[in-house]
Amino acid sequence: MTELDLSFATDLLLQLVGVLPVTLGMSFLAMALALVLAIFFAIVQIFRIPGLNGFTQLYISFFRGTPLLVQLFLFYYGLPQMFPSMTAISAFQATILGLGLHFAAYMAELIRGAILGVDRSQMEAALSVGMDRLTAMRRIILPQAARIAVPGLMNSFIDLLKSTSLAFTLGVAEIMAKTQLEAASSFRFLESYLVLALVYWVVIMIMTWGQKYTERRLEEAY
Amino acid sequence: MALLELRNLHKAFNGQTVLDGIDLQVQQGEIVVVLGPSGSGKSTMLRCINYLETPDKGTITISDQSVDAESAGKKEILALRRKTSFVFQNYALFKNKTALGNITEALTTVHGIPEQKARKKAMTILEDVGLADRHDAWPSALSGGQQQRVGIGRAMALDANLMLFDEPTSALDPEKVHEVLDLMKKLARQKRTMMVVTHEIPFAREVADRIIFIDGGKIVEMGTPEEILDNPQDPRTRDFLRQVL
Repeated sequence: MTELDLSFATDLLLQLVGVLPVTLGMSFLAMALALVLAIFFAIVQIFRIPGLNGFTQLYISFFRGTPLLVQLFLFYYGLPQMFPSMTAISAFQATILGLGLHFAAYMAELIRGAILGVDRSQMEAALSVGMDRLTAMRRIILPQAARIAVPGLMNSFIDLLKSTSLAFTLGVAEIMAKTQLEAASSFRFLESYLVLALVYWVVIMIMTWGQKYTERRLEEAY
Repeated sequence: MALLELRNLHKAFNGQTVLDGIDLQVQQGEIVVVLGPSGSGKSTMLRCINYLETPDKGTITISDQSVDAESAGKKEILALRRKTSFVFQNYALFKNKTALGNITEALTTVHGIPEQKARKKAMTILEDVGLADRHDAWPSALSGGQQQRVGIGRAMALDANLMLFDEPTSALDPEKVHEVLDLMKKLARQKRTMMVVTHEIPFAREVADRIIFIDGGKIVEMGTPEEILDNPQDPRTRDFLRQVL
């Protein structure tokens, strides 16, 4: 058994902190994309908007029914063969697109459940003061659904952030790829992956604090 | 011309008839109290007037806006609804808004009134309903009676042609009922047009211009409070009054 090489570990840690913006950038952009799509799909399902409703069901079924890694490969390697214009897409963009589309499918169900969890009388009250259904959604229902959805959405976000590690398979220079490179050239696998695990863990712990704060703020009214 | 006219209104839930051809006219400034046993269709009638329930057949006309149930479009329904305001049995305050926010919400989002002006109007109304000091309280921090007064304030702010009250005191603790009824009497004195579904007979006697008795989805009898309460003609009205008085 060999001793842990602390100076190697510190060195790698500093390098990873330098690359962290790539991981975080992909996470936040993909999450934003997923949220917008998920709210859209949830509303389509709740209002049973003709035409879109069937598409949404198919979408959710596909993205929940196939592995994320397969979807990423499909976007980055597969689709450009059919649509040459897509060859211009970078691995970074393909990851954001893939993660966003994938997690939107899960989050749509979560948000749909949260919207249905808001008391029916809230929609009736909004209609009674003369709002149309979309305004009622935006002003009254979604803010109340947010409170129900936040813990679940945070779970999705944590899952999404960790899934950015798959981007290394497309060649994105994020923290997983960086660690692999360093580990392979130094043969210090234990230190490398320990440090990497630690970085993910700390980032997610910070997110969780943020979640607690958000939940407290959303609880104020209740 | 009547402010509200219902013609041949029908509604069924899962094949069960709830409204069986309601014809009714309400005049501007009139206060109409609707009585009837539970399940008689009185709440459903009220909820059809602003399309919280969709009638199966019949027409609803409020001043110049007419909606035929069999050919009603979204825009017509919205226009009809905006001529009414509604007070709910369970208050149904917006849980994500303060007392003040519950009143300003529709003023800013529906009527496009600037935030400052809406707040000023809402504060005046909160003073009217005696809750100015609680303007920044969340609904969850208010008692049932206070919540219902905000609910009435929210309806008042709309300045709608017709105010609809669906059993506004039924969910309240007995000692809170009077504070809500007192406020409604105040509105009645301002000659707002009101339709009130309630079981509060003394209130009906004091405030109503006309009482309507509904049973089995039909208007059985209507008249002044004296006519209906002291000298009911129909056996169903007599039965009902014997039970509640």
